[in-house]
Amino acid sequence: MKGRDVYVIGAGMSSFGEHWDSSLRELIVDAAIKAIADSKIEGKQLQAVYGGCMASGLFAGQEHVGALIADYLGLNPLPSTRLEAACASGSVAMRNGIMAIASGFYDVVAVGGVEKMTDVSTEMASTTLGGAGDEEWELFNGATFPALYALMARRHMLEYGTTEEQMAMVAVKNHANAAKNRYAQFQKEITIDTVMKSQYVASPLKLFDCSPLTDGAAAVILASGDVAKKICEKPIKLIASSQASDSLALANRASFSSLRATQIAAKEAFTQAGIKSKDVDVAELHDCFTIAELMAMEDLGFCEKGKSGKMVEAGQTKIGSDIPINTSGGLKGCGHPVGATGVKQIVEIAWQLRGEATGRQVKNAEIGLTHNVGGSGATAVVHLLKKDF
Amino acid sequence: MTEGIARIWRNQRDRYNLIGTHCEECKNDFFPQRKICPVCRRKGKLKEKQMPTTGKIYSFTLVTGGPVGFDYETPYYLAIVELDNKVKILTQIVDSDDDKVKIGQPVKAMFRRIQTHGEEGLIAYGYKFKVV
Ligand SMILES: [Zn+2]
Repeated sequence: MKGRDVYVIGAGMSSFGEHWDSSLRELIVDAAIKAIADSKIEGKQLQAVYGGCMASGLFAGQEHVGALIADYLGLNPLPSTRLEAACASGSVAMRNGIMAIASGFYDVVAVGGVEKMTDVSTEMASTTLGGAGDEEWELFNGATFPALYALMARRHMLEYGTTEEQMAMVAVKNHANAAKNRYAQFQKEITIDTVMKSQYVASPLKLFDCSPLTDGAAAVILASGDVAKKICEKPIKLIASSQASDSLALANRASFSSLRATQIAAKEAFTQAGIKSKDVDVAELHDCFTIAELMAMEDLGFCEKGKSGKMVEAGQTKIGSDIPINTSGGLKGCGHPVGATGVKQIVEIAWQLRGEATGRQVKNAEIGLTHNVGGSGATAVVHLLKKDF
Repeated sequence: MTEGIARIWRNQRDRYNLIGTHCEECKNDFFPQRKICPVCRRKGKLKEKQMPTTGKIYSFTLVTGGPVGFDYETPYYLAIVELDNKVKILTQIVDSDDDKVKIGQPVKAMFRRIQTHGEEGLIAYGYKFKVV
């Protein structure tokens, strides 16, 4: 990675779920306070705030989330900026925090992500999330997000023989991991039968192939090498941060069975870090739908193109395997408050590399990866982190 | 999403007639219209072009939970159709037997009501496809 070294020196998150008693601002304050306390810095050492949030305007009637965060954390007059890239908003906020420190502009910044999704009806939530695609040419014609990923799933099944059972196994694994994570929305294991017998939302995707609507927030504190080495006992080093774009609408892509933005971001991230996909010990992947985790496994190089279904079937992504995927429970089991997800992935990897992922700890994890997608693949962000103590 | 009259009117001509863009430089067709060729950028020479009204189903899904404005349509088939010029387009498939909605099936465009907006009941029209 170019520029100065950047470290995660603190991490925290709110519990994920349907929080009828918590507002947008309460969620982000909860997560940020935990991250600041974890980092052992004083609030006055912070120099800037970057917040990821996709659609607070439609979900909660609230814009200007940057100012809201600074104000309610008592951080005025710090510069505080909201970043939006649909479901990848959190990761894009993360990148901006990283670049601010790598460039030498700041030494300590806070990065947060938040979404409050359950105050509106399911139809309104579906319409709001539809804005992550092409409003005029997809949503206008009745495309929902499950529908767009269903169109990809159907091609992946045709081209590689992937089955609905294999997709179901992704959900089963992620729920099993979520059951070991006290912050997760779903604390219960499910079976393949649960998934296969759930109703179709957009065939071939069923209710249990889909991530839920979630309220939640996550935050991390980033610092330069000088600061991190001075105050942090377990610094986690950022060794890559990459982002790529593709056509907003699914129809305009050459392939439906992979995400080109993920492939390009992955290649750049591994080049930045000078490592290969086989060097990764633990990974948080963007499983907004089960098919998305399968495609991401292939696009990130964890298996050959078309082999992800078989790999999951063989249990090769469970905790205890060579490459445990979505130990937090992923978007599917832990929940998917869209603007928070990218930051939550960093929080989970930081805990794994610090050896603090109680109940779901990956043994001797040294290198972790996060992969966050906006929309149906128009934005993809990859981060690589390394234990540095 | 609830759209005002101007927002519906603005795209009306392209939606009614499947008008996209052709680049005389790289010979690619694009739908919807582009002001800048994504392949040639500034060197592109773009002009309007009507897309073919026939093609084949490239992928499809049966949507059982629709967004706001589609209450009366659910469930409906949504598909990616590959038009005869290889341009892909997202559309609903209607007036077709369930067992005929599958990948590779030939389809043709029709002019239809797409959705009803808000309390004033503004109706937006556009294209849907049917199996031939
Ligand atoms: Zn061109």
